[in-house]
This record gives sequence, structure tokens and C-alpha cells, in this order.
Amino acid sequence: MKSYVLPELEVIRDQARCIRCRVCERQCAWKVHVYDGEDDVMRHCEENCVGCQRCAVFCPTKALAVRPYSGSYRPNANWTDDRIRDLIKQSEAGGVMLTGMGCDKPHRVYWDHLLLNASQVTNPSIDPLREPMELTTYLGAKPERVDLRDGELATELAPQVRIEIPILFSAISYGAISYQAQEALMRAASELGTLCNTGEGGWPASLRKYADNTVVQCASGRFGVDREYLNLAKIVEIKIGQGAKPGIGGHLPGEKVTEAISKTRMIPEGTDALSPAPHHDIYSIEDLAQLVCALKEATDYKKPISVKIAAVHNSAAIASGVVRAGADIIAIDGIRGGTGAAPKIIRDNVGIPIELALAAVDDRLRREGIRNRCSVIAAGGFRNSGDVTKALALGADAVYIGTPALMAMGCTLCQKCYTGICNWGICTQDPYLSKRINPDIAARRLVNLLRGWSLEIKEMLGGLGVNAVESLRGNRLHLRGIALQEWELEVLGVRGAGN
Amino acid sequence: MGMRDRAMNSLLRSMVSEGASRIRLVNVFGQRYIATNLAGRVEIDIEGTPGNDLGAFMDGPTVTVHGNVQDGCGNTMNSGAIIVHGRAGDIAGLSMRGGSMLIRDDIGYRGAIHMKAYGDQTPLLVVGGTAQDFFGEYMAGGTAVLLGLTGKPHRARFIGTGMHGGVIYVRGEVQSYQLGKEVAVLQPDAEDLALIEEAVSAYAGCFSASAREILSARFVKLSPVSTRPYGTLYTY
Amino acid sequence: MKDISRINNPYDDDKLTACCSIFGMMSVERRTFSGSDIMTAIASMHDRGNGLGGGFAVYGLYPEYADHYAMHIMFTHSAARQQVEDFLSDGLVIAKSERVPTRSVQAVTDSPDIWRYFVSVKPSKSEAAGEDDYVVRQVMTINTTLDGAYVFSSGKNLGVFKGVGFPEDIGRFFCLDEYEGYLWTAHGRFPTNSQAWWGGAHPFSILDWTVVHNGEISSYGTNRRYLEMFGYTCTMHTDTEVIAYGVDLLVRRHSLPVELLARVLSPPMWTVLSYMEPSERELCQTLRQVYGSLLMNGPFTVIIAHQNEMIGLTDRVRLRPLVAGVKKDMLYLSSEESAIRLICPDLSESWSPMGGEAVIGRVGQPLVPTQSLAAA
Repeated sequence: MKSYVLPELEVIRDQARCIRCRVCERQCAWKVHVYDGEDDVMRHCEENCVGCQRCAVFCPTKALAVRPYSGSYRPNANWTDDRIRDLIKQSEAGGVMLTGMGCDKPHRVYWDHLLLNASQVTNPSIDPLREPMELTTYLGAKPERVDLRDGELATELAPQVRIEIPILFSAISYGAISYQAQEALMRAASELGTLCNTGEGGWPASLRKYADNTVVQCASGRFGVDREYLNLAKIVEIKIGQGAKPGIGGHLPGEKVTEAISKTRMIPEGTDALSPAPHHDIYSIEDLAQLVCALKEATDYKKPISVKIAAVHNSAAIASGVVRAGADIIAIDGIRGGTGAAPKIIRDNVGIPIELALAAVDDRLRREGIRNRCSVIAAGGFRNSGDVTKALALGADAVYIGTPALMAMGCTLCQKCYTGICNWGICTQDPYLSKRINPDIAARRLVNLLRGWSLEIKEMLGGLGVNAVESLRGNRLHLRGIALQEWELEVLGVRGAGN
Repeated sequence: MGMRDRAMNSLLRSMVSEGASRIRLVNVFGQRYIATNLAGRVEIDIEGTPGNDLGAFMDGPTVTVHGNVQDGCGNTMNSGAIIVHGRAGDIAGLSMRGGSMLIRDDIGYRGAIHMKAYGDQTPLLVVGGTAQDFFGEYMAGGTAVLLGLTGKPHRARFIGTGMHGGVIYVRGEVQSYQLGKEVAVLQPDAEDLALIEEAVSAYAGCFSASAREILSARFVKLSPVSTRPYGTLYTY
Repeated sequence: MKDISRINNPYDDDKLTACCSIFGMMSVERRTFSGSDIMTAIASMHDRGNGLGGGFAVYGLYPEYADHYAMHIMFTHSAARQQVEDFLSDGLVIAKSERVPTRSVQAVTDSPDIWRYFVSVKPSKSEAAGEDDYVVRQVMTINTTLDGAYVFSSGKNLGVFKGVGFPEDIGRFFCLDEYEGYLWTAHGRFPTNSQAWWGGAHPFSILDWTVVHNGEISSYGTNRRYLEMFGYTCTMHTDTEVIAYGVDLLVRRHSLPVELLARVLSPPMWTVLSYMEPSERELCQTLRQVYGSLLMNGPFTVIIAHQNEMIGLTDRVRLRPLVAGVKKDMLYLSSEESAIRLICPDLSESWSPMGGEAVIGRVGQPLVPTQSLAAA
């Protein structure tokens, strides 16, 4: 069938600069660039281009520019270019259209409408470069009070896990990303004193040396979940849903299930790895309580059990149920959360922004008097330390980041992860491509990113006159909304700027 | 209770401009800004407990206090001397640029914070006892000395945090966890020992102590590791 | 129904900011003395306030009614008094009621009518809930629902006297030189909103706890939301209120010893824990993990008083000053040393406690050198 779709991207090559070194040809697994030996010239096929920018970055003479196709359909506010393309593509391919990474639609980003406070006169800013500024966080359920007997501590806490910064690497499965990329994440987590979530793809044996910094997931597919998996991890997380695709399961196509993946996920090579939509043993809240209890038994009550849910309309009520079901940690993933593969229509239309969900959950748990029974981790679309700081002020104990971590390693959001072809070596099992990630360098990039963010967060905390992250947690008074409607301010529990 | 700050300081200034060379203030209880921005060679004796910012921006006079001082003593002092027969509060010698301050007993938080040197001016702060946290915080120049003579151990934390110039000498023990990351512990060399002797002699002279006895104990030198501790902090 | 927040916080600020002076003095031998000295001391710190609030807490002033709750209540109109008295009589036996004596002071104007009631809880009410809890609830109800009335204090053998004016003037107004008490605290206020209300002055009290505070708690939003989970209603929008409730929760309801208050309100940095003995480290870590939302961040110095203790505490990095002084059985706490020296020039010892380390004076415990006075 001839495709009627206009190209999405075009490649511009400055022939005067091009030295025919063929680096672009070697770097592009999409086979966009081809050397024509007869005419001694580089040629390209734009239809293949996904806009990952690998060639433009690596071209030694900066001869390449990759940009949106300069042609367009007739302007139409309702039938935008991408909607037209999607429609045509679907009529040519049939089936569910997939995509990768997080929702790219112009839903309101509330982080951009929240502003932080700073001290002026009535209390001093604290200078984090010289005075102590504490980001250390303990994840886990806290009791209501501390009891002493004869001057000695009588209270025993539920299991706690300490992280040095309130930022963790989100659940990204081995299979969705390459082994090298996952190693880089775990190594960085280890160096930073935080945690990395294995995702639902199991946990390669050779990466279990990072056990002290690992959260394992027990997802609906239960991939790789065995005794050692549970015994070694710091936290066990029951994955109910994720922000990119609330309510549906996951699908790793058979061609991505290589020998290594098969071993890690403990499924036969070449078979599809399917994660069912629900856990088939959780059809109601009391079933969740049962699974939480089962995991606590399996881990001898020594590890916090986390439950990850997607941010949906009644997240507040759900969260209350999850906490009462015994979860030590609740992770909420908003609509901007990333993914290796999700139906595009679900990614873009299902779920709510994490800002609103977080505010509602934190508020609801407090009103019920149970906020201290769990730590709340927010996920889905954090782009910088400003977003993180605002999340803390809304009530999060910590945040999960996925997309920024991958971007630190090179990802440019071309959204083709589901194909298994990734010129940056991240979302691929192709050994030639995945070799492009040097775990040492990638780990360094990750550490750099979070180091920068930590310093920025400290600056913002210090600017607020606070020297411990506990004092910003849930402190809505240090936020103001801007260009928001009344109901939005009410849900977020913040006042308008100037008010 | 006598005069309040403004009236008193105004009188002080006029007395100095009229050529007074020695002034005695008695019954001082909390009056602030004494000798602030005062210049010239005048001696001021204070009996009582002066209020905050004693000798702020001072440039020349010698102020002797028979009692304790409060916060901000010697704030941004340029030259002159402050001698305290007692304790000092917080931020003693804040941004001090020259002159000397000798405190017989202990001081509070953030002593010598952002003390600096300029041209051939090198400020000196000598504390007979110990200091509390953030001693020498981002010091850029000058000399600060802790003698530990009041029998209390040095408990200060974050000593020299952000320090990028100047030097701190401590008589007695400090553990590495008490120090800011910008500071290294060194053994005093001959030049240091000469400076220490000078500081101790000044102290001993004022407070009738035995310089020899003080100098017989061990001193350590705390010095900044780099002049640009935050050079790599900001990226594009 | 009345909105006390609106009365105390007419511009609807997130909370009220104030800069202040504070002072405390107690005799650990329970020796009583008049208010003259403390009035002199707080007056000397005149420049820290602006005359829009001053107040005192006095312990031991009502020995004949020592077992009764002494309620100091202000009324802005006479109908309010009748309504409150009717309300009180429901569950409380009023042993005595009278107007609090005052004298005319030029600087103190527009004063409300202030009465005191010595009450005990009827058996029917004390069986249902504890006596203390019952009284706390009644006080909250008066303060949040009954028009024109506000309770200054409701502790036993304790009185809070406060209003709009410089503390020394308020002290004279209430004839505090004629009372005898063994523990006095005082506060002078400089609020940043210019409309002042008598009920908004400090000290803030809940039962036998009184708090005077200097500083600005940047963790207020966190602290408040945490306390609201335990049923406290923070109507005053001040830091002082939140500190008082925090202390009530930790010490009265959760039975934590007073010595550990500092560990919750101004906990040591995590790095410091690594140098502690294991048992102490575990205790500190647990307290912080559980009560992290009560960590009081930002600059503050507080003097918290109770029947038997006076506690001085600063924030963990000592951004606000506190000086302690001792002479024989007297313990002094002050924002500035000069105020102490004014009334007691020959202290046997004076010092500034480290940030986060409390100074505790306790009835029956002789005052010994610094190291022993500071809480562990």
C-alpha cells in the first residue's frame, strides 16, 4: 500500500561542509543516510528519519540539520498535522498505534504555574554552600508517636530506607532499555546514595551487586520475581499502574526477548512478554492488602513495601485505600510519565497530571490522619529541580525520574522506543547499538545531572529559609499559583501569587 | 536607666570630635551601636553590658569592655581595637577588615564570618576560650585564633566552612568532622608560629595571662584548600 | 460562629510574622517574687518591639486556688461574658469569678474587660474525657465560636496577662508588681501587620504550657498541617501557637520527657548522629523519622514554661540569640544579656547555649554549671 503520509522530518545537509566521512551513515540505524560512491555524495531518505539528532550531533563538520518537515497540511486548529498523520498511518497499518516516552500534548503543566517563595527580611535565607542543608530522606511508614520506657527507646519503627537526596530513578525495565543503560542507572544510584527501580523486567544477576540501591518491582507479569530478587532488594514495589498507560498492561514484543532478556525475565526466548492489565490476584482493595501482606511475609517484614499507581480521577480515595492496605510507600505516576511502549491514544488521553494528583492525595491522607503511615513518591514529567522542589512543597517525600535520566544519557525524545531501534543505545537490545552507551560515562552524566539538581534544590531550600527537606514537605505556604483558575488553586491547595 | 542609644552615641561622637582622648561609659545595659563608625585615636572604656553592634564600622578607636558583649561586635570594623574582659555573642568580627579584637572568654556562632584582608590590613581576632558553630565561615583573609583557655573542649562544627583566604589557629584538639570541607589541617610552620606568638602576646598582655604557658601547648593551623572553592559549581 | 483567624489575621496572611524580645526568670526553689524585675528587664529590650503587643505568664500566683483551672478570659462586650459564663457552667463548677484588677496607664487604651474564673471539672464530664482534654476543648470552643470572648490562659495556678502595648506598660496595667510568682516569662512584640488585637499578643498558652517566641518558623506550613491531623485547630496563624501545640502533643499526649523536646524541635544534623553512641543515635534517628514534620525550621528562640520547668531553646543553627544566666536558685533566659545584667548584675554564670540544645530549669533541681543545665 502506498503511504499517503507526509514526512515528519527533513534532513538538511550543507554540501559545502560535508566531507563524506560517512559517520552519519554509521550512526543511523534507521538507514536515513547512504553514501553514493558513484557520485561521491551523501544521500538521505527523510521518510526513515525519526529526528533523534544523532547524526547532527556526531557530524564532525556540523553539516547536518534535522528539523520538522517544512511542508505542512493546510492549517487547521482541529485537524492538526499530527492528527492527520496519525489517522492516515492507522488506516494504513491497522491496529493500535504505539508510541514511546511521555505524553507530548499541550495539557497544562502545573509546575509552570507554581512559583516558590523566598525569605526576605523577616527571616534569613540560608546559604547552602556554607551552611548545612539536609536533603536526607527516610522512606517508610512512620508511627504516630515515639514511646520510651525507663528513658530507653521502646518504639520500633517499620522498615525505613535512607536516601541522600529525594530523587530516585524510576522504574525502567531491562528489555525496555539496554543492559548498559540499566547498569549506568544503578551505578549512578549507588554513587548518589539513592535508589534505582528495576522496573518489571526482572533484575540481571550481574547487576545484583547494586542491591543496596535497588527497588524491585512485582508487576502483573511477575517477571523475574523469585526469592533472591525479593531478598536482595531494599524495597519491593507492587506495580498496579504507570502514568503513561493507566489501566492497561504491557507488551514487550517477542523480537525484543533475546537470550539475555529471556533469562532475566524468566520466560522463553522469542515469546512476547505480556504484562496483564490487572494483577490477576488483585481485583479489589482487600486483595491488595493480601498481596502486600504476602510480600511482607516473604521479606520477613524487613523491607518497606511500595505500591505504584497511575494518577487517575479518584487517586485520593485510592491512595487512602492503599495506605490502609498496609503499603509503606505509595508511588503515584502522572500522565506525563514515560514508557518504552504504549498505545499513543492512551498515553495522551488517560490519566491526570501528577501535580493535581499529588496535592489531592497528600491532602486526603492528612485529613484522614494517616499521612505519616506512608511515604509518598511522585512521578511523571519532572523536568528540572524546580519541578522537584515544587513537588516536595506539595507534599511528596521524594520523586521518581525516568525521562530526565534517559535524556542525560542521550535520549532526545524521538518516541520510537517501541521499535527497539535507538541510535543512542538506550532503548535497544541490538548489541551494536547498545554498545554506544558506556556505563562509566553514562553514569557520570547521571551523577552530574542529579548533583546539579541537588545543589539547585539546596539553593531553593536555603532561599526559603529552610535547612532541612522535612520543613518543605507539604509546606504549601511556600507556593503560589500564577495564571490559574480558582478550582486549580483549590485542588493544589495554594494561593494565587500576590495573595 | 539613663540614656538610650541615639542620645548616647550622639554625645559620644560630639565628645570625640571635640578632642576627647579618653571616655568612660558606666552603667551600660544594652545600648546599641556604641562607637559605631567612630574614627580617630580615642580610648573608650565601657562598664556594663553594651548592646549589639559594638564598634561596627569602627576605624581607629580602642574600646575596652569590662563585661560581656552581645552580637555583632566589631561588625565590619576597619581599624582600631576592641578588648572584651568577658564573652562575646554571635557574629563577632563579621566582615572585619582590619584592627584587632581580643575576647577573654568564649564567643558564639559565626565568629570571624567573612573576615577579610585588604592591602596591608590584616584583621586579628583572638578568642581566649572557644567558639560555637561556623567559626571562620567563608573567611577571605585575616587571622582568627582560638585558645581554649576556659577549660571547655572545642565543640564548634562547620569551622572554616566556605573559607578561601586567611588562617585559623586552634590551640587544642579539633576533630576532622568539625571542619568545613574547604579547610585543611596543617602543622604551623615558623611563620605561623611567629604569628601565633604575636597574637598570644597581645592577648596575654591585655588579660594578664602567661604567654609562655599558653604557647607551650600544641596549636593546629586551619587553612583553605582552594581560593576558588566553587569554581566548578555553575555550568552552562 | 466567629472567624478568629480573621480577627487576628485581618489581611489573611499565610501567618503572622513578628519580631520580638523575650525574657524568662524562675526560682528552682519555688521562691516567689514580684513582676517588677521582669518588667524592668523586658523594658530594656524596648527596641525589639513596637508597642503593639506585650505579655506575661506567671506561675504560682494563685496558691489558694492551686488545684483549680484559672481561666483568664477577655470580653469585648458584656453580653459575651454572660454567654461564656453560661457555657462554662455546663461542665465546670465555678469556684470564684472576678474582674482582673487593672490600673489606669496612659499608654494602654481600648482595653477589653478581662475576668478570671477558678473552675473545676464536673465529674460527669471528667469521666467521659480526661479533665485536661475537656478543658482544652471548652477553650477551643469559646475561642472559635463565642463572639466577643477570648481565653488568655486556662492552666492551674497560672495566669497570662497580655494586650496591646509595650510589655512594661501592659505589666503596669495589670499591676504585675503586686503579684508573686516563682516563674515568669515575658514577651514584647513587633508584628508586621499594623492592626492589633489583645488576644493576639503573646504568650500563647494551652493548659499549663505557655510559649513566648522570637523568630520566624519557615516550616510553619508543614508543622501546622501535621498538628491538624491530631485535632489541633491552628486559628491564630502564629508560630507560637504551633510550638505550643507541638509541645502539648509531644509532652502531654505522647509522654515524651521534656529533655527530648529539643531533639524533636531542633534536631541535630544527620551528620552529627554518626558521631553519637549507638543508643543515642538510634533514639535521635527514630525521633526525627517519626516527628520530622515537627522540626521547627527557620530562626527561633523560644521560652516554654510549665508548672515545674522553664525551657529555653534555639533553632539548630542558632539564627536567633538566647543568653542564659544563673545566680543561686535563679535561672534567667533572655534575648539579650544586657536585660539580665540590668536586674542581676552579678550573675555567677552566663552563657549562650548551642543551637538545638535546650536550657532547662526545673523546680527542685539545683542549678549547677552549664554542662549539666543543657539537655543531653
